[in-house]
Amino acid sequence: MGILIQGGRIIDPANSIDAEKDVYIQDGFIVGIGKAPKEFKRENVLNASGKIVCPGLIDLRARVREPGLEYKATIESETRAAVSAGITTLCCPPDTNPPIDTPAMAQMIQQRAWRVGLAFIHPLGALTRNLEGKLLTDMAALDEAGCVGFSNALQPIRDTSVLRHAMEYAASFDLTVFLHSEDPWLRNNGVVHEGEVGTRLGLPGIPEAAETVAVARDLALIEQTGVRAHFCQLSSTRAVAMIAAARKQGLPVSADVTAHHLHLSEHDIGFFNTQCHVLPPLRNIRDRDGLRQALKDGALSAICSDHQPHEPDAKLAPFNSSEAGISGLETLLPLTLKLVDEKFLSLNEAIALLTHKPADILGIDAGDLSVGATADICIFDPGIHWVLEPDKLISNGHNTPFAGWEFRGRVTHTLIGGETVFAYSSP
Amino acid sequence: MTRGDLQLDSQGRLRHFLTIEGLQRQTILKILDTAESFISVGEREIKKVPLLRGQTVVNLFFESSTRTRTTFEIAAKRLSADVININTDFSATNKGETLLDTVRNLEAMRTDLFVIRHPDSGAAYLIAGYVPAHVHIINAGDGRHAHPTQAMLDMFTIRRYKGSFENLRFAIVGDVLHSRVARSQIHALTTLGAAEVRVIAPKTLLPMDVEKLGVQVFTDMRTGLDGVDVILMLRLQFERMSGALIPSAQEYFNLYGLTREKLAYAKKDAIVMHPGPMNRGLEIESAVADGSQSVILPQVTNGIAVRMAIMALILGGQP
Amino acid sequence: MTQSPDIEATLARMQEELRPYLERRPLIIGIYTGGVWIAERLHRALGLEEPLGTLDISFYRDDFTRLGMHPQVKTSNLPVNIEDRHIILVDDVLHTGRTIRAALNEIFDYGRPASATLAALVVRDGRELPIQADVIGQYLKLNKNQHVKLSGPDKLILNIQEVG
Repeated sequence: MGILIQGGRIIDPANSIDAEKDVYIQDGFIVGIGKAPKEFKRENVLNASGKIVCPGLIDLRARVREPGLEYKATIESETRAAVSAGITTLCCPPDTNPPIDTPAMAQMIQQRAWRVGLAFIHPLGALTRNLEGKLLTDMAALDEAGCVGFSNALQPIRDTSVLRHAMEYAASFDLTVFLHSEDPWLRNNGVVHEGEVGTRLGLPGIPEAAETVAVARDLALIEQTGVRAHFCQLSSTRAVAMIAAARKQGLPVSADVTAHHLHLSEHDIGFFNTQCHVLPPLRNIRDRDGLRQALKDGALSAICSDHQPHEPDAKLAPFNSSEAGISGLETLLPLTLKLVDEKFLSLNEAIALLTHKPADILGIDAGDLSVGATADICIFDPGIHWVLEPDKLISNGHNTPFAGWEFRGRVTHTLIGGETVFAYSSP
Repeated sequence: MTRGDLQLDSQGRLRHFLTIEGLQRQTILKILDTAESFISVGEREIKKVPLLRGQTVVNLFFESSTRTRTTFEIAAKRLSADVININTDFSATNKGETLLDTVRNLEAMRTDLFVIRHPDSGAAYLIAGYVPAHVHIINAGDGRHAHPTQAMLDMFTIRRYKGSFENLRFAIVGDVLHSRVARSQIHALTTLGAAEVRVIAPKTLLPMDVEKLGVQVFTDMRTGLDGVDVILMLRLQFERMSGALIPSAQEYFNLYGLTREKLAYAKKDAIVMHPGPMNRGLEIESAVADGSQSVILPQVTNGIAVRMAIMALILGGQP
Repeated sequence: MTQSPDIEATLARMQEELRPYLERRPLIIGIYTGGVWIAERLHRALGLEEPLGTLDISFYRDDFTRLGMHPQVKTSNLPVNIEDRHIILVDDVLHTGRTIRAALNEIFDYGRPASATLAALVVRDGRELPIQADVIGQYLKLNKNQHVKLSGPDKLILNIQEVG
């Protein structure tokens, strides 16, 4: 099947392309950019004039809730939400139920996604058995089974020597560890940033030190073990500065930030808005601004959604008792484009942070429109203005603090392997 | 939903009483003035007025508290309302019904007013956002967030003894970090124009950025109480020691316990307040608690009149 | 505004009508606000020794659920025990009778008087309850849309206004 995407502005930062060119797809692969290859049979034409054509977006962290928490969401519902938002590849953390600590689990999730036929899912394997922080997992076997990295998700590894050994073991096989750096003792029972808002609302706070103490510890171990590490969803300017210094030093580290941390701060919690209950917490405005700056400076290499769909009851409780997390797939691109609108990032920089940069971190062959690459493509219209209505989200989770927000830019087509898996029909 | 003004209805009248924060000075003074007239009801032979006759008040307490619940019960009964007390063991609710389901079931029994105490901050707000228009909520304490009726009775007591707030220095002493009473007191005092509001505690018991609430921070009683007109003591819970927040009862009493000696650092006519129940020998010395400068007992009596005033203001004029 | 009737003359007449009640050693109770001003005058003129009682009926009104708390609630004060005493209740205007009903309810929460007598400066038509004044200062024939109000406390003036 020969597909032509015609008249769109191609933005492919991996190949430094930002130009109006046509894209030629044959049998699920990109066979030409700008120039039709010989013997190309044009069977289907997608008119992309006025639109932007970029690689299918890669979300470094999204929870699909399957297996174990299907009452919240499923692989089918969430990959459908992903492709509606231009996301063709997801990476899911290992804290499913049961966790991804066996090759069978890793394979099961990938196969389920494959059978549904929408976005790809690359799982992270558990760093320790059952995420308990005591025993190692069969990392080589998990790697073989498709895990792109290893993480203990949000479960702290209290015994530092276990963390050290896990890193050393991963380093032996050139595996990447994904770290959620938080000191469990300082975290205590906190639910918000330890600061002005937490004090006013009387909510237990998580001090910034909970993150910086853990990042410092982790960096020291990374230096000692030589493991390649990625820091997930940093929330404070201080922690990011530590990463920047480490990178300058030559340590093999990278870090990402969530889309919501780039826009919200503790003040958005207002009067106990549980939609703003996230971990790590929304910190103060200085941190938010510092995180934005770090995107520009390069200390932060990717923006992710940290997608956590919830059933309504999870948020209909007092703040303390509510569950943390935002249903974020469908606001990943819009919030990133907002940074472009606010003249904070160029469009090229923004797309890079959602395509080839996360691909590099995951070590997967994706996130670019090179000739020969799989035709995973996102086409969006930067001119469409729309307002977010939580009930209209395609994800099973409607938990979002962005209700009523105005966005500019909407995905009109998403292709996976050349097949259009999503087409936007305006209401 | 603009949760900020959840307390007021479309005409600016008090619909719920959830927190002092956000209330105008006028509203606070009106509650104090109304409470004055209810004091005399408590001094009569028949301590009842028919204001809330036929209305039902439910005390929904998810945290045990005999004294606060009792004063609310007395206040409601003095207004001739029917009172139902429900003490829900919070852990049981946790396992079964959600908080909102519990409230919905009760409200289906035609309740006009819920007085709610809950261990989670923001619980009263959550409930107030979900009840229909004819149901009202009074927050009797939510987590560490607010205990507005306590702050109101404290203000009432202060006004009775000191007249006004503008030229006075106030010191709140003790575990501010965990105290909903302290937060409400701070909002009330700053709104009423107090000259100075101080907090005195070791750093472990002070919340982060507490100065942003408009208070001055002291870690030492001698300097903290210097020139103070009103001392508001806070209760110290014994769990704080096992939580590694303070070393021992002895050390705490030595440094922060209000003794006659420390009371002398304050002004000669300073008054001593405590929301109760007191830990004698821990945060306060018996001689001070029972001494001439203590207004702790009047606080309790005032508590009934103030709660009557708040109930009357909320339930009146709402069809 | 129409010409107000001569209050001093009215008060003098009320005073004389109340004189026979003196042998019962009555207690005078005025209803806020206008009733209290009248009661003070009568109390002084009759030379009563025991102090005046004042009544704020806000907590006994029958329109609480509709109108809510009255913004200016004063404190009722009955300094003398009314148990088994003869009461003279004083109000400025008797109209629907609801104020007096509330006043009686409140008084009976203080104790059981031997009797209650009502003295009103102005009586107008429009009773909604079976209540009458025993001592009437002045009967005024007014339209439904006319409103009468006493102003004071130093110079007592009856204001009659058209409303609506």
